[in-house]
Amino acid sequence: MELRINQKAYQVDAEADTPLLWVIRDNLGLTGTKYGCGLAQCGACSVLVDGNVVRSCVTPVAGVVGREITTIEAIEEDEVGKRVVATWVERQVAQCGYCQSGQVMAATALLKHTPAPTAEQINAAMINLCRCGTYNAIQSAMQDLAKQESV
Amino acid sequence: MNTPIKLPQGLLDLASGEPINLSRRRFLTSTAVGALVIGFGLPLGSARVQAATSAAERGTQVPAFLEIRPDGSVRLLSPFMEGGQGTHTAMAQIVGEELDADPATFIVESAPPGEAYVVMENGLRITGGSMSVRMSYPTMRRLGALARAMLLQAAAEQMGVPVAQLTTQPGRVVHTASGRSLGYGELAGRALDMPVPDPASITLRDPSQFRWIGKPVKRLDAYDKSTGKAQYCIDLKVDGMLHAAVQHAPRLGMSVGSLRNQAEVQAMQGVHSVHVLPGAVAVVAERWWHAKRAVEAIQVDWQEAPADSTVRVMPADFSSDKHRDFLAAQQGPARDDENEGDVAGALAGAKTQVQATYHNQYLNHAQLEPPSALARYNPDGTLEVWLPNQAPDMFRDDIAKRTGLAADKITLHSPLLGGFFGRHFLYESANPYPQAIELAKAVGRPIKLIWTREEEFLRDVLRPVAVVKFRAGLDANGLPVAIEAVSATEGPTEALAGKQGEKIDPTAMEGLSGKAYAIPNKRIAQIYVKGPVMLGYWRSVGNSLNDFFYEAFLDELADKGGQDPFDLRLHLLRDNPRLTTLLQAVGELSGGWKRGPFTAEDGSRRARGVAMASPFGSHAAVIAEVSIENGQVKVHDIWQAIDPGSIVNPAIIEAQVHGAVALGLSQTLVEEAVYVDGKPRARNYDLYPVLPPARMARVHVRIVESGEKMGGIGEPPLPAVAPAVANAVAQLTGQRIRSLPLSRYTFS
Repeated sequence: MELRINQKAYQVDAEADTPLLWVIRDNLGLTGTKYGCGLAQCGACSVLVDGNVVRSCVTPVAGVVGREITTIEAIEEDEVGKRVVATWVERQVAQCGYCQSGQVMAATALLKHTPAPTAEQINAAMINLCRCGTYNAIQSAMQDLAKQESV
Repeated sequence: MNTPIKLPQGLLDLASGEPINLSRRRFLTSTAVGALVIGFGLPLGSARVQAATSAAERGTQVPAFLEIRPDGSVRLLSPFMEGGQGTHTAMAQIVGEELDADPATFIVESAPPGEAYVVMENGLRITGGSMSVRMSYPTMRRLGALARAMLLQAAAEQMGVPVAQLTTQPGRVVHTASGRSLGYGELAGRALDMPVPDPASITLRDPSQFRWIGKPVKRLDAYDKSTGKAQYCIDLKVDGMLHAAVQHAPRLGMSVGSLRNQAEVQAMQGVHSVHVLPGAVAVVAERWWHAKRAVEAIQVDWQEAPADSTVRVMPADFSSDKHRDFLAAQQGPARDDENEGDVAGALAGAKTQVQATYHNQYLNHAQLEPPSALARYNPDGTLEVWLPNQAPDMFRDDIAKRTGLAADKITLHSPLLGGFFGRHFLYESANPYPQAIELAKAVGRPIKLIWTREEEFLRDVLRPVAVVKFRAGLDANGLPVAIEAVSATEGPTEALAGKQGEKIDPTAMEGLSGKAYAIPNKRIAQIYVKGPVMLGYWRSVGNSLNDFFYEAFLDELADKGGQDPFDLRLHLLRDNPRLTTLLQAVGELSGGWKRGPFTAEDGSRRARGVAMASPFGSHAAVIAEVSIENGQVKVHDIWQAIDPGSIVNPAIIEAQVHGAVALGLSQTLVEEAVYVDGKPRARNYDLYPVLPPARMARVHVRIVESGEKMGGIGEPPLPAVAPAVANAVAQLTGQRIRSLPLSRYTFS
């Protein structure tokens, strides 16, 4: 099957029900997207599919054929994503960093749909787990980003 | 798509401790992104001489640690692992300060095993116990200063001027008189011919002149970790590698009998081979997903553990709740850890006696990165292993023991850790690398083994539990005159040893022992109870449970004696200016101590609790504000004052406080590893909740630099969180909190 990932076409040899996560990581070697739970509980595997955040560990690859997939590797090619990354660095969000690919993807998806989200919208969208406890730093970064857009 | 990993041969040799020649001092090295760069190491010959003559001088083998590249960037091999706690950045600050090189120009990677990297003042090299910075600070400063002296000497020769006329500015040696200067990158080649100076000849920078130590220097890894570029063990790849997945025995100690459907599994899509391992079955495949799906399809007849099992056997009837009751029923004998004054006499003579029994819960580490290991046998018979670890020398030695290979035939790589919290110490039965090595040997190709989250939760070692019985006596003024705590427990160090040691396991008792309050008669004792659960170290270790017990019971004493808990603590610390200052600082930070209950602006009823802890060489005081929302405890704010003596990076400290508060709240509010019928109820985050963003509190941090000996920072901000919350909840609801987590309570 053919997948469109980060604006490129890839021929992929995988069964239809293989989770997108493992196609991205193993078949294509794009390891920025992380495996954390395999059950859509933690969000470390978040990617964008047609601009919406999706947990790739439970997304069968056949379901995303013909759709535009964006992974963390291309996040800075997106104007919003680039701002998210810059703010993540500025706010020094990451600790171990393992969940942060997914956090950045979730943040980018929210801001692309809702450029100046309210606190409630941020709380509703930023639900990925972080065992290091970077939640407050993520909050600060999101507030910065929401303000940037509403100025 | 990944670049195959290569390690410079020079480092392999350094790691092995064999005599080496860095082939005219140039070696190839790989950067974090895999590009190959020619770098100049610093002189090794002289360092080797020194090592032979003054082996006791830790951290003086400059070339083992530092490489300065032609562009002036500095590659530092850190003795300590980076797992989020910011140690790699701190090492760059400390070395850079004395080397006179901006930490931003550093590339820091974890050093291989080897004597050269044993830099801790206690003679160890581990990443744990919140020890990395505090135990290596003077040594790592001196390392930077030694390297600077070598660069100065090299510049003196190159410029033909006396070294005394030279000075440095970040990344350059400067001859002020002539205005000439040379970048470190230009000098590194010549510096190779310089001997490492006598460590005694080195003068360290005056702390008042620090540019980077003590400043909120940005983390070196922030960008890579925000863009998916940071690579963890689970991400690594080498040529020809196959993937593996395992299915563990449902209970530790059981072994594989027969595989009922081996032929069918062998025929499944992508399967390379099926393997029987100690206590597990494995599938090797071209793709991990195939390996995982196939291994989960194997129907195994598991055999009960033999009587002579070498691992701790999990019985079929084990229940964590029943084990708690069993601990509570233990009468002794108890062994004293602290015994001062006359507890029995003081209790007998006390106006009021108070008794209470406390307990806590088992916990998983639940770090986000599931364990993995990559093993490769090379054609020359050497073995390379990539694995998450907090103690590379111990892991290499264990691999040597398991494989029969000499240590110098084993190369161990220590990638970034996707969280650790104590998970990546050497735990028999809880690490994937023995399986990866065995599989690599069996199939003759490199193997990367990833444990699923479910297999991880089945084999993770747990944070210990304890049942603590307190007795205390109050005098006529309601002040405590005696306290006794007897803990029925097994510490993680005892669990690893499989027995009680000559001395009490400090990791079992810390936080009950070592409290600073001036209570004249006290007895802190342990009833050692070996349990069936394999235990491990969990962020802040014994303090994670014991400070909860002690500080919550202290609030009971305050209430019984009609004392305010904040004032009582101040009273009991009246002769301890350091902790008095700290407690006052947190009071001030919170806008002045007020216990409540009170009505907040949003109309909710709230109360505050206070608690203190002195773990890992630092001291912490916490105030928590809580309300009850939909029957659950909501923690609104945590104020924390922390005194680590002196500091290296205030921004990273603040981040560590936030993180420790999150983990502290997690264990207080929601987390619990429950075993029923010998099996964990939860094998993923669905049934093992960890703190979600919605339950995080606002965190307010004040760093108090007392100037005392430097303490730790990764763990110390955690232990006082649970008791501060519990004390606030007790004040708000009138319900005593004598166990964790609070999700087991009903609040209205």
